[in-house]
Amino acid sequence: MAEAAQQVLDRWSGGVCPFEAGWRKVMMWAFIITDGLLFAGFLSGYGYARLMSARWPDQAAVFDLRLIALMTFLLISSSATMASAVSAARDEGARRSVTLRWVFLTILGGLSFLGLQAYEWTHVIEAGARLQRNPWGDPLFASYFFLLTGFHGTHVLVGVIVLAILAIRWTKRLAMREGVELAGLYWHFVDLVWVFIFTLFYLV
Amino acid sequence: MAELDDAETFETEVDATVHEEARLGFVRRYIFSTDHKVIGIQYILTGLLMAVVGTLLAALIRLQLGWPAHQWTLVGRLLPGGMSDGVMTPEFYLALVTMHGTIMVFFFISYVLVSGFGNYLIPLQVGARDMAYPFLNMLSYWLALVSALVMLGSFFVTGGAAAAGWTSYPPLSAVASAVPGSGWGQTLWILSMALFIASFTMGSLNFVATIFSLRARGMAMMRMPLTVWSFFIAAIVGLLAFPPLTAAAVMLLFDRHFGTSFFLPSGLVVANQLLPHQGGSPLLWQHLFWFLGHPEVYVLILPALGIACDILPVFTRKPPFGYRIQVYCLIAVGALGMVVWGHHMFVSGMSPFSGEYFTLATMLITIPMTIFGVNMMASLWGGRLRVTTPMLFTLGVIALFGSGGLGGLFLGNATADMQLHDTYFVVGHFHFMIGGVTLLGTFAGLYFWFPKMFGRSMSELFGKVHFWLTFIPFFTVFFMQHFLGLQGMPRRYYAFTTYEYLQRTSGQNLIISIAALTLMAAQLVFIANFCWSLRKGRKAEANPWRATTLEWTVDSPPPHGNFGRALPVVHRWPYEYSLEGSDNDYTPQIVSPRQAPVTA
Repeated sequence: MAEAAQQVLDRWSGGVCPFEAGWRKVMMWAFIITDGLLFAGFLSGYGYARLMSARWPDQAAVFDLRLIALMTFLLISSSATMASAVSAARDEGARRSVTLRWVFLTILGGLSFLGLQAYEWTHVIEAGARLQRNPWGDPLFASYFFLLTGFHGTHVLVGVIVLAILAIRWTKRLAMREGVELAGLYWHFVDLVWVFIFTLFYLV
Repeated sequence: MAELDDAETFETEVDATVHEEARLGFVRRYIFSTDHKVIGIQYILTGLLMAVVGTLLAALIRLQLGWPAHQWTLVGRLLPGGMSDGVMTPEFYLALVTMHGTIMVFFFISYVLVSGFGNYLIPLQVGARDMAYPFLNMLSYWLALVSALVMLGSFFVTGGAAAAGWTSYPPLSAVASAVPGSGWGQTLWILSMALFIASFTMGSLNFVATIFSLRARGMAMMRMPLTVWSFFIAAIVGLLAFPPLTAAAVMLLFDRHFGTSFFLPSGLVVANQLLPHQGGSPLLWQHLFWFLGHPEVYVLILPALGIACDILPVFTRKPPFGYRIQVYCLIAVGALGMVVWGHHMFVSGMSPFSGEYFTLATMLITIPMTIFGVNMMASLWGGRLRVTTPMLFTLGVIALFGSGGLGGLFLGNATADMQLHDTYFVVGHFHFMIGGVTLLGTFAGLYFWFPKMFGRSMSELFGKVHFWLTFIPFFTVFFMQHFLGLQGMPRRYYAFTTYEYLQRTSGQNLIISIAALTLMAAQLVFIANFCWSLRKGRKAEANPWRATTLEWTVDSPPPHGNFGRALPVVHRWPYEYSLEGSDNDYTPQIVSPRQAPVTA
């Protein structure tokens, strides 16, 4: 017990990073926290508007929730493939192509999510919704819909680009094993944000 | 072992860059440099230039308030847009207060004190060769520069600079037709702030990762100088507080350019026209803004306090009083500072229950802050004071922190704030704390680390003259503004003399203006001293102040890579002064326990 405590103390006494990680991962975590707070800002604005609103539309009437459920399923599955990619990359015995395959599957998951989101947007826009106009009631509903899903979609797109670059660098043996893990952290974070948006905007 | 490998690869990477740096040309070494010291100095110089602009804006404000309706022909000729016949237009006055606040808070104090000193000092004081991610650091500076240029550029667009105050409350900031400054000026203001936030985030990520991961062997968290602690807490607070403002800025841009109504309520009439917006709330902006705005003041003031705490022991030749308590206070202030933003909104129609909560939370903050201030005073007790220029400025920090903090007691209390809200009492309080403590802290740091940065010392005589010519007028200006506030003078009023009850404050405003102009003129002494010392100052040895922290164990200025072949190993805390059993009255952190006993 005392030995364990001493080890913890030693980790904090300089010369090494106190966490089981290098500075890259520390920085990634810090970035994820601040980026998460960006969405917290948007979501709290949305909550404020919704509490004030007298005629917030019924989401089930506006969206096809089965489609949204499919999108959610795809994104969460891509988190699973990403986790497999990370563990394959960490395993020094595994072939490098295994990691690559999982990264590709993740990219595929992300792209199909984006495709479905584009389909959903077209649908909503064709029904007459704009940033400042909403055929189903309070215009802020449409504003926050485009703002939240748009910002999240951009994050997914950035994630896909990051993964594509990672795949290229991995084939050229330029990417570090830790790099896969960092990209994975970001990808899980983007999925987690979607869980919040799905729950708070579509379901509740 | 992953982390050890990482540390080693980092070492070799840095070694490679150090060797590369030596071969680089002037441009890569001093302009597009990834060296944290160069970046720190770039930040400091940029911030000081922005301070000159902010000061000139303040001078124009004081001309208007000291001599209302006076015709300044010469100034009018220089500024045909804002004061064509020598008398300022109200719109120009609003732009002046907005830009003075924005430039001083974000582009002077933040650049010099947080990014400048932070970049320069953190790797040197924790014993690292550079920041964790030098390239990101360089990017952070260049984004910061672009951000400053965009902000300055907004003076020259149609309608002039933003005029909605540094807080940019909607609808003034959201409706382009509200005042001239609500047009392009406001858009550029938002874009510049977005760049600033991106740059600040990059910088803070580096601060946090460096302090966590790259401390030298033996540099335990509780052996870090208080300066580093204050940068650490400030960076964390900044990382947590800025993103919601980014969100709000995006929404404000949408309101302005894409017709959304995030911050605009139904039935709003501007310039006799009913706006089509509906459903939004300007209060949402206030919440999101102050969720950043309040923590931001701690981001700015904590480094000033940290620097003061580190300068005190050098010139009292004894450890600071209550190092551990100071660290806990910094952490407590950082945490509490995140949950008190509502005390800026007591008059916004807030429920009395929320008001009560925000009052209580704000009063709670005074506990760690008071302990911090009293500890700084106790640090003087029994010391052998050497009253040098940095020490004078540090004493000034304590004085302003104490007297300014008292004003906070009134403003943090909902009952008193109802009376004082948006009066000059707020202006006075704010300038004592975020104007004064940080300004004097900046000067203390500049005089103290100038020898380390440039290898030459600044003139002590001119430094002392500068101190007294700064401190006395500064205190006069903002102490008197507290009383203007008690007499009910509102802030941001262009022509206060049109109100009968304020006409008797003309004399006070005149005195304030004269003191303020004296204060500004006194800064010429500093500029002259700075420029003269850069070229002709006395050559500084490695440790001219006989201080103990790591940056004083290397040459002045330190070489690329900071520490030569081997990284330092730390054996003690940073405040071993007047140690019993040691020959010197100071024992640097790298002295081994065999040579002198270790106290902490």
